[in-house]
Amino acid sequence: MSDSDTINARRRFLVRGAAAAVGAVAGSAARAEEATPPAIPDWMKVPGADTGSQPYGTPSRFEAGLIRNVPKGLKQYTSASSRTPLQDLDGILTPNGLFYERHHGGIPDIDPTQHRLMIHGLVERPLVLTMEDIRRFPSESHIYFLECSGNPGFEAIKGKTASDLVGLVSCAEWTGVRLATVLREAGMKSEAKWVVAEGADAAAMTRSIPVAKCLDDALLVYSQNGERLRPQQGYPLRVFLPGFEGNMSVKWLRRLNVSAEPAYSREETSKYTDLMPDGTARQFTFVMEAKSIVTRPSGTQRITPGFHEITGIAWTGRGQIRGVQVTTDGGKTWQDAALQEPVLNRALTRFRLPWRWDGTPTTIASRAIDETGYVQPSFDALTAVRGLKSFYHNNAVVPWRIAADGEVANGYA
Amino acid sequence: MAMHEARAVVFMALVLTCAGAARATERLGIGRPASEAEIAAWNIDIDRDGRKLPPGHGSVAQGRAVFDAQCASCHGSRGEGGTGERLVGGQGTLASAKPLKTVGSFWPYAPTLFDYIRRAMPMNAPQSLSDDDVYAVSGYVLYLNGLIPERAVLDAATLAAVRMPNREGFVSDPRPDVRP
Repeated sequence: MSDSDTINARRRFLVRGAAAAVGAVAGSAARAEEATPPAIPDWMKVPGADTGSQPYGTPSRFEAGLIRNVPKGLKQYTSASSRTPLQDLDGILTPNGLFYERHHGGIPDIDPTQHRLMIHGLVERPLVLTMEDIRRFPSESHIYFLECSGNPGFEAIKGKTASDLVGLVSCAEWTGVRLATVLREAGMKSEAKWVVAEGADAAAMTRSIPVAKCLDDALLVYSQNGERLRPQQGYPLRVFLPGFEGNMSVKWLRRLNVSAEPAYSREETSKYTDLMPDGTARQFTFVMEAKSIVTRPSGTQRITPGFHEITGIAWTGRGQIRGVQVTTDGGKTWQDAALQEPVLNRALTRFRLPWRWDGTPTTIASRAIDETGYVQPSFDALTAVRGLKSFYHNNAVVPWRIAADGEVANGYA
Repeated sequence: MAMHEARAVVFMALVLTCAGAARATERLGIGRPASEAEIAAWNIDIDRDGRKLPPGHGSVAQGRAVFDAQCASCHGSRGEGGTGERLVGGQGTLASAKPLKTVGSFWPYAPTLFDYIRRAMPMNAPQSLSDDDVYAVSGYVLYLNGLIPERAVLDAATLAAVRMPNREGFVSDPRPDVRP
């Protein structure tokens, strides 16, 4: 046993002992008088862990509860989703390990040296590209949100936390090449109107992208928040369509078929279409409209009378957030929240409003306004037009009810 | 002479600038050509009109056998659903308070059934069925929905000819459609 091993063993013992002691105090003294930690805590009396002892760093063990919100008891987990714990995050960037997931055929384990992207169809030069090839193209980085279009459904708003309700949205810095640059390399023909993207997963996920979007801000992405994409986010390569429903940003991208027509795949006919009360279904409903949610205080949290900062996130697929308004009196009045700079195009925007709770029961909520002047609607206004069966694109205001005892709960329930 | 030299320097600088900075409109020469054989092996998507459907055929009777072996454990023996989605029924319910979206009630194009089954089903072994089996099981699901007779045999032409009840049921996106 080396010296440092001895020190580490001693340190582990001390930390465990300290944690046990704190637990005992907290347990017996309940909420009475808070125990003051010692003037010189144990972790100042011995050296800490060795530099590089975690070659890939992980959060403090005291944050072990900050994990993805994985639904329990599903019939299967191959085609399913897990959610970002929005209520426990700050700022606008989602850590890669907490980015929401939605897979249709599980998460493939792809060797990047065995991965190829084929571009064919209405192009002058059908191409095969390796990952090395793709990283040779001129690169760009942008911060964009990504949101699943079923976030939440119209009938599944019974969850308890902000994550339960709206946790299928996350935000990251994406690095890759403009799709337009790659399509130019293949030489798109003038008849091209759509590009059909296919994933290398067990669902061979297929979505059709209008050429206008491909030539605008669409990216082929290989990195997320500075590191290579995680397998859950499409490693080694994905499409990224800023502001469009998440499903279209096809992960594990292996093929682009440049076409005159959409594929009319299962995922753009029987799924990801919005059923209206008259029985028709809206198709190719791409853009994610403006939305916001208060993440603190939010469901399952408890507050005491006095000062609180109300904070949350807002976003719009149509560009920038212009403003966020917050109500603390159940919608009777709305105040402008402060927006954290920089307010970015098609990214999450953090908002904040200082508030004093006087201890009387109330309901708080936020509503986003985007650069087009669009205002996030109430659930009643939204469902008056679309009914309760359209499932996708529910961007309604989320109310949080605060009870006399300070307990915060889903205002829909 | 000095003037000539200065011009030469400017000219060379321009040449170097053009050579050094690849312009946005020019090809970069990255990647290699895809061969026709490679494209044929990869290109599995089927259009809604079925023009790209492959050779092969399968009967409803064969489809019943494939379905029982490969699909029924998730979708139910008659496509009534289970771990997997319900595939059958629901015609006439889309405008009701309890719409039931199935292949028969909601899917607009029959060739999409071939496309989806071939690329993604069965969930535990996608792209394992032969094209004949995909035709057969597509036919069986259409038969369970009352859309083709029990004696039918499906191939590229007969599958493309099946008219789905909800073919005209889709509209374009009218959003923004809601005021607060």
